[in-house]
Amino acid sequence: MISGFFQLIKRELLLAVRRRGDVLSLLVFFVIVVSLFPFGVGPELETLREIASGVVWVAALLATMLSLSRLFANDYADGALEQLVLLPMPLTLMVLAKIVAHWLLTGLPLALVAPLLGLQYGLTGVPLLVMSLAIAAGSPALSAIGAIGAALTLGLRGGGVLLSLLVLPLFVPILIFGAGAVDAAVHGAAFGAHLLLLSACSIAALVLAPLASAAALRIAIE
Amino acid sequence: MIPWFAALAAVLILIGLYVSFFVAPTDATQGEVYRIIFIHVPAAWMSMLCFVLMAAYSALGLALNARLSYMMAAALAPTGALFTFICLWTGSFWGRPTWGTWWEWDARMTSELILLFLYIGYLALRGAIDDPRRADRASALLALVGVINVPIIYFSVKWWNTLHQGASVSITRAPSMAATMLLGMMIMALAFWMYTIAVVLARVRCEILERDAAARERFTGAQA
Repeated sequence: MISGFFQLIKRELLLAVRRRGDVLSLLVFFVIVVSLFPFGVGPELETLREIASGVVWVAALLATMLSLSRLFANDYADGALEQLVLLPMPLTLMVLAKIVAHWLLTGLPLALVAPLLGLQYGLTGVPLLVMSLAIAAGSPALSAIGAIGAALTLGLRGGGVLLSLLVLPLFVPILIFGAGAVDAAVHGAAFGAHLLLLSACSIAALVLAPLASAAALRIAIE
Repeated sequence: MIPWFAALAAVLILIGLYVSFFVAPTDATQGEVYRIIFIHVPAAWMSMLCFVLMAAYSALGLALNARLSYMMAAALAPTGALFTFICLWTGSFWGRPTWGTWWEWDARMTSELILLFLYIGYLALRGAIDDPRRADRASALLALVGVINVPIIYFSVKWWNTLHQGASVSITRAPSMAATMLLGMMIMALAFWMYTIAVVLARVRCEILERDAAARERFTGAQA
């Protein structure tokens, strides 16, 4: 069962490697959204430093959300999802494998790219590291909560917009703690508590969300 | 039953409005403006109660596979969204003269706004699914996920708010409230309850008739 779990993750990663464009375009989207803000707000580094945490986090939320529709949709379209559901392992575990793979393909790359964007916003040193850590710690929760939305909206018309309606309000706590961690680091305050809360959210989401999204998948494909 | 509850709602609203406008005394600090409370607070109560009820009916539906509970949950959603909107709207009107601002990123207001988003998401999900069985179960699941998240959102927003700004605005006033004020609020709350029951029952009746008609159509269509 455990080997099946890792096989599934390997399969997702293999699929992603075969279609490199998907991950790359997601990262480019993230970079573009963050780079747009200075045009709207103005190039003063003082202002940018103040809003950096929020801008990067909101862009990360949007990028994650856009990638969610792919989580089950491709497998649903070519019929592979029904085979996956029939696997001799708990559906929850299958969903968890999908979530982990999704995090490896979105959350982790976003966390690695984020410090570069922080540099653009005039951040240096510790805040950059905290930004990376915060996104790495918080994005598993985004993938996990998002999986519920992706499973609920599977194969529906207007799926993308609907998915954002369902998922974005649920992302609010992650946004608060994530941006809070970076903000605290920028202002030289203690940021450990934020990171711990983010990790707690992620762990709780990784335990609970697969149950809900497995139930949602069963509803969607029955 | 529906006319009874509707009549009760109408009578209670009339009594409640009379008490709130003519019997309750003018507030010492806020003047006449505070009378919005008689709509605002009951609406806020109802908006949260409707969500909890919706989730409870959803859980019941998923556990017992009972179609009627799904219908009740679905019928509660628009009313809940309406009360959430009324609460935000009246709050905004109340905030303008007393706090000098239409909107404040206060923990309660912000989480009420997110509650409205959750209601809208629920309604949108239902609207997007044509198959009633899938619509029932998918939206029930969403309601359950939402009800687990509402407290988390509330506390995170509260924490965020206190971190960002010192409590510049507090809606938790001293509990010294004239008995007639409390009476007016209770009557209005009761009136909103009756209104909700009447409207939800009417909506469920429509839903049952619609599904009945659809099923009959399928049946006769299959025969022909």
